[in-house]
Amino acid sequence: MNIVNVDYSTKIPNNVNLSEDRQVLKALEGWHPGYLDWWNDMGPEGFQDSLVYLRTAVSVDPKGWAKFDYVRMPEYRWGVLLAPQDEARKVNFGQHLGEKAWQEVPGEYRAMLRRLVVVQGDTEPASVEQQRYLGKTAPSLYDMRNLFQVNVEEGRHLWAMVYLLQKYFGRDGREEADDLLRRRSGDADSPRMLGAFNEATPDWLSFFMFTFFTDRDGKMQLESLAQSGFDPLSRTCRFMLTEEAHHMFVGETGVGRVLQRTCDAMKQAGIDDPYAIEKVRALGVIDLPTMQKKMNLHYSLSLDLFGSEVSTNAANFYNSGLKGRFQETKIDDDHRLTNDIYKVLKLVDGKIALVDEPALTALNMRLRDDYTLDCEKGVERWNKIIEKTGVKFRLELPHTAFHRQIGEFRDVDATPKGVIVSAAEWAKVKSDYLPSADDGDFISSLMEPVSEPGKFANWIAPPKMGIDNKPGDFEYVKIEAA
Amino acid sequence: MNAPTQELIKQHLIDPEICIRCNTCEETCPVDAVTHDGNNYVVDASICNHCMDCISPCPTGSIDNWRVVARPYSLDEQFSWSDLPAQDEAIAGAGGGAAVEALEDDVSKLLEEARKGLGGKPVAPHSASKPTVNLYNRGKPAIATVTGNYRLTDATSDSDVRHIILDFSQLPFPVLEGQSIGIAVPGVDASGKPHHPRLYSVASSRDGEKRNANNLALTVKREDKGVCSNYLCDLPRGAKLEVTGPFGATFLMPDDPAANIIMICTGTGSAPFRGFTERRRRAMPDAAGRLLLFFGARRPEELPYFGPLQKVPEKLLGKYFCYSRVPNEPRVYVQDRIRAEARQIAQLLSDSNTHVYICGLKGMEGGVDEAFADACRAASLDWTSLKPAMRESGRYHVETY
Repeated sequence: MNIVNVDYSTKIPNNVNLSEDRQVLKALEGWHPGYLDWWNDMGPEGFQDSLVYLRTAVSVDPKGWAKFDYVRMPEYRWGVLLAPQDEARKVNFGQHLGEKAWQEVPGEYRAMLRRLVVVQGDTEPASVEQQRYLGKTAPSLYDMRNLFQVNVEEGRHLWAMVYLLQKYFGRDGREEADDLLRRRSGDADSPRMLGAFNEATPDWLSFFMFTFFTDRDGKMQLESLAQSGFDPLSRTCRFMLTEEAHHMFVGETGVGRVLQRTCDAMKQAGIDDPYAIEKVRALGVIDLPTMQKKMNLHYSLSLDLFGSEVSTNAANFYNSGLKGRFQETKIDDDHRLTNDIYKVLKLVDGKIALVDEPALTALNMRLRDDYTLDCEKGVERWNKIIEKTGVKFRLELPHTAFHRQIGEFRDVDATPKGVIVSAAEWAKVKSDYLPSADDGDFISSLMEPVSEPGKFANWIAPPKMGIDNKPGDFEYVKIEAA
Repeated sequence: MNAPTQELIKQHLIDPEICIRCNTCEETCPVDAVTHDGNNYVVDASICNHCMDCISPCPTGSIDNWRVVARPYSLDEQFSWSDLPAQDEAIAGAGGGAAVEALEDDVSKLLEEARKGLGGKPVAPHSASKPTVNLYNRGKPAIATVTGNYRLTDATSDSDVRHIILDFSQLPFPVLEGQSIGIAVPGVDASGKPHHPRLYSVASSRDGEKRNANNLALTVKREDKGVCSNYLCDLPRGAKLEVTGPFGATFLMPDDPAANIIMICTGTGSAPFRGFTERRRRAMPDAAGRLLLFFGARRPEELPYFGPLQKVPEKLLGKYFCYSRVPNEPRVYVQDRIRAEARQIAQLLSDSNTHVYICGLKGMEGGVDEAFADACRAASLDWTSLKPAMRESGRYHVETY
């Protein structure tokens, strides 16, 4: 692509009138080459020339939403799309409740807002970096396409945050935008800002778990930022949520299909005992206890993303009208929370106990509880898949105190049932609850790529329906399309 | 005694087995017809107006399910499901087809009439892209602007066939090759009623008459006393008109480079095939599948797109022009050329990648059918069983008028 001659006003699908916003257009022009360099360096390795059947949003209304076609990823049309403006929108919580929503950044909140945007923005390229080698071991072209769709959409989410930085935060914003391209997931000198985004995504099961658990944290964060009194942030996040739903889909159905395949294979081989791990593994599928362990790992890592249970930062964000609660406007209360309490799980005298805390400082906790509820529903649907096959096994989310690095429980070891154990005891049972190196090796041994249209690796079932209603043998990625 | 006729409705349902409860549809629905409980997301049939806004944002495809029912499923029934109920075939038979081609009765009737020659339920090719239907209706039409209106037929010919380009500016109007749009002449007819809509096949490919423009082309023949065709043919550049649609969910192009496509048409029946050919040229120029066009007209001067068609390379499109009124030459009809190509045709028909499309005047159906039967017979194929099998697998399509 000839960067010099890119017509930015039409090249970047947008509904923010970029062509008449010379200053922002110029800033984006300055940023774009660096973005492409980043994408080529850190994006999906080995497939930049392949034709991928992707969905692109060309406008934000439902009809312009899903344009499906083959595209080379570096030529994907990353755009700046905000949900339509509602002129009558108000600040819906905190001390500014009832004021007209802000179209510009309120001076006194500038630093706080920038921080929120930067932290959210930093997660977007991070997951692309974490997932960059997965294409090479995709269990099918269908899955490969879904991975790449997730990747380009994370790229677009980066654009969305960079637009806000460049439009509303002046020079500081431009520097932050450049820094988003400078940090690298897992880099010792310049890591991404949040822990879970520096962990490796070594295999496809990890990818599915990541999109189910970690991207769901993203969904909760976006949802509460979509409540923001700063209207451009709200509109940006509302549109991002629609894309985030696709990532939830990839995670939930990905894990679901692994469970389906394992149970089907067990039934076929006449294995009733889900704990006959070696026998099940001999079938070339992932045993259910290992699935539980992977789930324990990813769920607990994702809980850490919500930060400390009790946080004055969260209270300040809320009070100032910058970040609300999950589905704030659907909650029936005073939306100020000045005298409310919220029950928080804490460590009191070495025991796990529910403690009353001021609702304002417990907002992280509340969001995390909403997250857990959302996860539970998905896990229940996985259990339904297992149940339908007749295999006797149930997956369960581990206790909040299990395997935590941040917050109240970071200094204790607890089992998935929430029993605190000594360090010595923990060392003995750890590999019963978390994937061991052997488990990892076994899963890696299954990661053989399958690239014939319509074929799937042995460890995963085909999906119930194709993307864009395509037939089973549709060639979602033309790998050698150069 | 006449039994009271029951009114059937097409009910929009969400497949609970595939849905991941992401709330996107509920967020999107402009009339709040989508709701949920702890178990399922469901659509309230008494509110849903089939605007289709929820269809494309759904990440799972669970949203796009329809049942023809005499009594709509209640919210409570839908909340209790873990699978979708099967379509009651007796009702579906009465209600016409599983694929929703259009949601307005007058348009549905036009499409049903056009597909009579199929001899059974129309089925879309498996690989076809998902069509959008009924985005715009009479209550809420799209406004298009005429950006081109050219005569395609020779000035000396008494047949006036025109190429008309409609631009939708910022308005989304997603069409697939093979779909139609509805146009009704403004105002009322002699009896004071609004004019009935007429359907016109789109003659351009999905990404626009000009690539990536939000426009489409029509091929319109000026009919003597034809109210709508005269209205369209006389529209000057810059004129605005109301458009409904898109319509049609079965006469669609297979989105598969391996598909062979045999296209048979007369006159303006060539419109969808112009779209097919352009799509193949733009999206999969090196496709392995063959495109064949059997195109009948009275004389070359009356054959729409005669000039441009000459320039399409044989490698992309095998062309068989058939003229029935060239002075001093024998009359050749499309069925004659099909017979002349019997070996090639039979070979293609025995390939499960082959799709047949017939579009044009109703009068051509019988002759074409016999020609296919002859071609098959010579190759020991049985057309009477092959045709319904091809239709059921979405590989035989008819649109005639």
